[in-house]
Amino acid sequence: MSGFREPHELHKRRGGLNIGVGVVLALFVAVVFGLTVAKVSTGGFQMNPGGNMGQSQSQTGGGN
Amino acid sequence: MVRPFKQAESGSEMSDATINQTGSNTGEAGFGDYFALLKPRVMSLVVFTALVGLAAAPVAVHPMVAFASILFIAVGGGASGALNMWWDADIDRVMKRTARRPVPSGKVTADEALAVGLTLSVMSVVMLWLAAGPVAAGLLAFTIFFYAVVYTMWLKRSTPQNIVIGGAAGAFPPLIGWAVATGGVSIESVLMFSLIFMWTPPHFWALALFMNSDYENAGVPMLTVTHGRKVTRKHILVYTILLAPVALGLCFTSIAGPTYIAAAVILNALFLKVAVDIWRRDEAAAEADKYKAEKNFFKLSLAYLFLHFGAILIDASLKSWGIWG
Repeated sequence: MSGFREPHELHKRRGGLNIGVGVVLALFVAVVFGLTVAKVSTGGFQMNPGGNMGQSQSQTGGGN
Repeated sequence: MVRPFKQAESGSEMSDATINQTGSNTGEAGFGDYFALLKPRVMSLVVFTALVGLAAAPVAVHPMVAFASILFIAVGGGASGALNMWWDADIDRVMKRTARRPVPSGKVTADEALAVGLTLSVMSVVMLWLAAGPVAAGLLAFTIFFYAVVYTMWLKRSTPQNIVIGGAAGAFPPLIGWAVATGGVSIESVLMFSLIFMWTPPHFWALALFMNSDYENAGVPMLTVTHGRKVTRKHILVYTILLAPVALGLCFTSIAGPTYIAAAVILNALFLKVAVDIWRRDEAAAEADKYKAEKNFFKLSLAYLFLHFGAILIDASLKSWGIWG
């Protein structure tokens, strides 16, 4: 039995990459969630707070 | 996928480097190596100028939408950096300044850089569309295309005006930030774009003056290589003169306050003075003091851009607190 050996540098590097990718993915999920909450809370899931998309759609819909 | 072999002007040295590059594959890059593909220092400038564009806009944005938008603009900028490293791996290996980048150093393969660049490009544009609308997303997509295709693949190796036209790619972030808030483009955002656009050539030509051998070895037709240093010095002065009215023109728009006006007047006077100093010098004087004035101009150019946009940010904050405007 070789027991507990010091991890090889290669495994350390792979571990660091896996943790890094995991953190990035977790942050991405958090940003999408936060963005969804912000969009819903500002009303009507408007595409652009000062812009045209959500407003123009509703205006066009009302006009027709 | 192996990228097509590119012809280079510097001959066999370049060719050997390219052949070696296509065969190298360590395959064990760390997270930091992939992150370095995104050119973090360039990304920090993208984040800063996009943030200023967004903050200076007359429309309030939900903080989460603002944060996500800036993040996706940064990721898009990083993606174009990865595409640049994929395409330019052969010349990056030749230049001292870029030889330690992940692809030329063999830590990341060119194909991986391409995959990272393409994936993040698509993701950033789609996510910015969802966060801020089609105008901001369209501008980001055009920025990535302009930097990766127009500048990197076409202009950089074909014309000494590469940095003049290619500089537009780095000028888009404040325009995108403004579009995130307002959903459009205006004179203010176009002037912020113009400020970076006109600033880029003298900034990079000053760098080329004291890193000339790098570009020459790589066969990149920088102005210093094709037209010589005397002409480059003249061009630095001319572009610095043309830059001043753009910077001062912003003083007459709604986003300029006392901080910006003071900063613009002082910085442009200083920038012009150093540009004149560089224009008056000859190579003997520059070599004698190891390009001290040129290096000072390069450092000053970094401060110039940072302080102009910092001043816009301060004035925007003063306005939002009701202190001015």
